[in-house]
Amino acid sequence: MAQFDLNDDSVVCIVGSGAGGGTLGNELAQKGVKVVILEAGGRYEIPDFINDEWASFAQLAWKDMRTTSGKWRVARDFPNLPAWIVKAVGGSSIHWAGASLRFQDHEFKARSTYGAVQGANLLDWPVTLQEMEPWYAKAEDKLGVTGTNGIPRLPGNNNFKVLAAGARKLGYKEVHTGNMAINSQPRDQRGSCQQIGFCFQGCKSGAKWSTLYAEIPKGEATGNLEVRPNAMAIKIEHDARGKVTGVLYVDASGATQRQKARAVAVAGNSIESPRLLLNSASPMFPNGLANSSGQVGRNYMRHTTGSVYAVFDKPVHMYRGTTMAGIVRDESRLDTKRGFVGGYELETLSIGLPFMAAFLDPGAWGRGFTSALDDYSNMAGMWIVGEDMPQATNRVTLDAKAKDKNGIPVASVHFDDHANDTRMRDHAYRQGAAIYEAVGAVRTFPTTPYPSTHNMGTNRMSANAKDGVVNKFGQTHDIKNLFVSDGSQFTTGAACNPTLTIVALAIRQADAMTGMMSRGEI
Amino acid sequence: MRDVDRRTRVSRRIFLRGSATAVPAAAAAAAGMTVTAESAWAQAAKNLKPQTMATLVKAARDTYPHDRLADSYYITAVAVYDSADPTLRALMESGVAMLDAEAKKRFGTPYLDVLSETDRVSVLRAVEGSPFFKKLRGDLVVTLYNQKPVWVKFGYEGASADKGGYINRGFNDLDWLPEV
Repeated sequence: MAQFDLNDDSVVCIVGSGAGGGTLGNELAQKGVKVVILEAGGRYEIPDFINDEWASFAQLAWKDMRTTSGKWRVARDFPNLPAWIVKAVGGSSIHWAGASLRFQDHEFKARSTYGAVQGANLLDWPVTLQEMEPWYAKAEDKLGVTGTNGIPRLPGNNNFKVLAAGARKLGYKEVHTGNMAINSQPRDQRGSCQQIGFCFQGCKSGAKWSTLYAEIPKGEATGNLEVRPNAMAIKIEHDARGKVTGVLYVDASGATQRQKARAVAVAGNSIESPRLLLNSASPMFPNGLANSSGQVGRNYMRHTTGSVYAVFDKPVHMYRGTTMAGIVRDESRLDTKRGFVGGYELETLSIGLPFMAAFLDPGAWGRGFTSALDDYSNMAGMWIVGEDMPQATNRVTLDAKAKDKNGIPVASVHFDDHANDTRMRDHAYRQGAAIYEAVGAVRTFPTTPYPSTHNMGTNRMSANAKDGVVNKFGQTHDIKNLFVSDGSQFTTGAACNPTLTIVALAIRQADAMTGMMSRGEI
Repeated sequence: MRDVDRRTRVSRRIFLRGSATAVPAAAAAAAGMTVTAESAWAQAAKNLKPQTMATLVKAARDTYPHDRLADSYYITAVAVYDSADPTLRALMESGVAMLDAEAKKRFGTPYLDVLSETDRVSVLRAVEGSPFFKKLRGDLVVTLYNQKPVWVKFGYEGASADKGGYINRGFNDLDWLPEV
């Protein structure tokens, strides 16, 4: 495996090794570009993963201090855990459920499709579906997405059976086991799904795609990729001409190191990425790097989520098998007559008893709460994934007081639901409950959103430099050798789990970057 | 459908090994322990008063009541508070004193002697904004529900990778709905 010198300024330095950074790193390495990935977390391999929710959370979750504000309930229930994402090599591609959906055409054109929505900072993407289609195709092939490339869909588990039967009774048409980056048959030297459950805790069979074992080792095998775990980036440096020159990071021993680089790509997920840009402020860039628009950290999106659980008079055992085992897509259609713009997907979800106790109704106690848990084995569950409105005031900033163990200001996440988000969630709660009631649910539970897993928008793409942070290739408008490679690029969030689009953008970005390098532009 | 065997299993070996200071949950359940300050497990507390231990157990059950769970699981859940940490100990002793004061005000007896669950819950509701109750409730979410023997009681099977997943163990064995 490659080991590059700290002073080797011919490398591309990527911050973060998840779906964006890990994919970009491998893609660049395959093209002969030397890459150093700095990963804040440790490196755990498949045998290290734990089929135990709290123990796995302790192993993998990003638990470093963050603060919150705003009217979202997460700020009250989990004030220092705005997001449930991963701090480890592979990033949140270890934790994701595998749902891999393409944006619809109109979802790249939210501003022109939905019009001016009061209080929303809507903008069209600078790319179209047509432009993205070949990259989506490459991403689906890379991830081995079921229902594409001739790959059969996964078999439905018990939780899916309940969802599907209810959805059909309600007249929903597009109901299936999803487009999943989980092998339904052996592929890419990885085996097929063993219906273990615990998809959120790291896939013990390796059937689910993760950069940890599906991208990074391939990149390392080229000799062009070095992944440095336990390397917490704290500042991106630049020269007098305003080009970035490298990344300061704190290594496992607590020592500060400087990795020089010809270009830097930020892929630390939508909370850490803007934090790093803001913490990299300098006399030349007093508001943080790439922030001439003032949009760094703004337009934070988390999808209009929520869950619906339902209790039946017969057993379900929803936790058996894939966590996200099926989908109802009908409500993701373009239809503004429902009282909101944007659409939503309904996807099965299950959590184990320990997390059900923590997340069904945080803070609740007494028999009203415990009687729900008493019926755990008779529960089915689904999750709502809806397009939420970007708002300039939903924002990641640097906390004025709190600092991490390295003395660096932590990220503070402010979020308020837009009225459109609330209307959509209420609609989805009603439809979700109706699905379950159609097949005999005796009790349904509209369940408040968990700490965010889909984090988007805080370094958004825009055609014009004044409207956003990066251009259509994720290259910052202000600094030509500084890139953003994660979900923080998203101009809007669509009604799609974000990973497939992050991967498609990363493959495309690798192509664009190598072009820029060969032309001597960066 | 394959359901989950929820019976408590008590092996003879556990009985023989059991002692007053470390009561295996299953053995305690089988022994039908009741919650009083005179109970051996309350008397065995090293840092808290026996009355405090017993009151915490009662309050834990009243906060998260599951009739299918024996007291032993609640005893295990609050055992963490029998701590040498003076701050934690003070919070628990003063919290129980607060429960007792509220119970005496409302019902003329300490919390542990209030007979009706509804009445005890009214005492907890009166103090639910206190740091004591917030800590007790918040901790119980993990200390009660993260006990593996408790999972079985709710039909949750826990780890599955070591058993080959559910691919041959009922991931799609639901048989009470029409196939779609």
